Amino acid sequence: MKDNFSPLDLLALRADFPILSETVRGKPLVFLDSAASAQKPRAVIEAMRDAMEHQYANIHRGLHWMSERTTEAYENARDLTAILIGAPSRDEIVFTRNSTEAINLVAHSYGRGMMHRGQAVLISEMEHHANIVPWQMLRDAHGIELLVCPITDDGDLDYVAYERLLASHRVGLVAITHMSNVLGTYTNGARLAAIAHAHGAKILLDGSQAVVHRAVDVAALDADFYVFTGHKLYGPTGIGVLWARAELLDAMPPFMGGGDMIGSVSFERSTWARIPHKFEAGTPAILEAIGLAAAIRYVKAIGFDEIGAHEQALVDHALARLSDIEGLTIIGRAQDRGGVVSFTMRGAHAHDVATLLDRAGIAVRAGHHCAEPLMRRLGIDSTARASFALYTTKEEIDFLADTLLRVREFFA
Amino acid sequence: MFEDVADLYQQVILDRGRHPRHAHRLDRFDATGKGDNPMCGDRVQVWVKRDDAGAISDVGFEARGCAICIASADLMAEAVIGHDAPGLRALSDDFAQMVRSGQSASNAALEQLKPLGGVSDFPSRVKCATLPWQALMGALDAPDETEAAHG
Ligand SMILES: Cc1ncc(COP(=O)(O)O)c(C=O)c1O
Repeated sequence: MKDNFSPLDLLALRADFPILSETVRGKPLVFLDSAASAQKPRAVIEAMRDAMEHQYANIHRGLHWMSERTTEAYENARDLTAILIGAPSRDEIVFTRNSTEAINLVAHSYGRGMMHRGQAVLISEMEHHANIVPWQMLRDAHGIELLVCPITDDGDLDYVAYERLLASHRVGLVAITHMSNVLGTYTNGARLAAIAHAHGAKILLDGSQAVVHRAVDVAALDADFYVFTGHKLYGPTGIGVLWARAELLDAMPPFMGGGDMIGSVSFERSTWARIPHKFEAGTPAILEAIGLAAAIRYVKAIGFDEIGAHEQALVDHALARLSDIEGLTIIGRAQDRGGVVSFTMRGAHAHDVATLLDRAGIAVRAGHHCAEPLMRRLGIDSTARASFALYTTKEEIDFLADTLLRVREFFA
Repeated sequence: MFEDVADLYQQVILDRGRHPRHAHRLDRFDATGKGDNPMCGDRVQVWVKRDDAGAISDVGFEARGCAICIASADLMAEAVIGHDAPGLRALSDDFAQMVRSGQSASNAALEQLKPLGGVSDFPSRVKCATLPWQALMGALDAPDETEAAHG
């Protein structure tokens, strides 16, 4: 079903996602909430089930066949993740539970372990709570200053203010989103990194949204830390990724202590395992890593050029259709944006809009999207958000727009 | 196409959501309380005035929230008039039970709140309806502002 609109064979792709043929209250599911968590292709479901049915044991511990094979599968997920984001070395990939844990790991190990009182962490006005709260905790526990880079009214990062803040403060670490989960804005990661480095700061990019829609290359970005979360990339929950330069991981103290992260242990002292194992205390999310590996294989086989082009067409179409609806305001007009469109409707709160859309079978998210400070900056309480994935169709967006017209009538 | 939300968005709810009658601070009040839903950012503050016997004589509120939340606050402001603290707590419990389970206890004061009964079919919206009551319970537990003012 290729058409001029999309380079993807959507009918075939949608058949890969069993849940998409579900109905909601007798209506076909129109799932426009993939930015919160994406649906899973059969390849992921089967990889995890196959492991449990045929090839499963704890890893790095057993001397037996099952353990060795499972260790290979787990470590293969690390290889695939390194390739996905262009990491120079597989040892630089640390598996965590999600993005939130990856950021907390950096705040704890790098922040407390290697930053000094009086240094600053620089975030932006459009961060997810996951990239705000860990830095506030660091500030309060460790005497670190927390700076916030403004955004423009269009929802782009204010690069002039960014450079000014770096020039006027002792910024040790920049931690900024690579793509906003509310505004859809892509930040220019390479530019941010170059400016940060010119002022002696390290940079962490929150790629939770960004990795889903485009090919990411941490080496080309010249970032120092990059985090993302498996469940938004069509993988399972419970697995996230921290990438960091090897020399940083080597120098950072461990985050959690326990099994699997040690060199040797006595009651007097312990030594740490080499990276990345130093940061993976305890039995990791083995099945989830195997699921993530399947997800990565799946998106790579489709290709990010194709996924990106498809989603760009969806965003352009959504912006055109939704802009035509009287009383509806699109929040965020950045130049470079991914598959997320937030909006408000005059006379109707986002919750009420979402409830009515739900009754038509359309799943959107409504609220502050874990970005309360951004809502305050924009002078609003909440938005409704439609977000797109590789399986989203133009027809679904048309149905959203048509249904929104009726929602508007309902609350008129 | 929205036939099946008729229970949730009864005309009263739509009207009160759009044009609440009690959405204002009270100039003179005895206590105030706040309700917060950190999951979605909704926020309600209520102000209450009591008569000499300790029963509620006036309620005003300010809400940042959806139609359900604002209508619930507005209807609450009327339903609670004349109730003392124990009566209010019982009414609050009965209301919570109604919006959670759809079952209403035999409480005469609940009658005025019945338009909100449809919320029970929408689990993710229950909190919208109970938030004003959470704020009201906060006001009951808050120190008395008039007494504080009079030292
Ligand atoms: C930009 C951004 N950062 C961080 C997160 C947190 O992801 P997780 O909850 O999987 O840790 C999310 C997702 O909610 C997000 O959109």
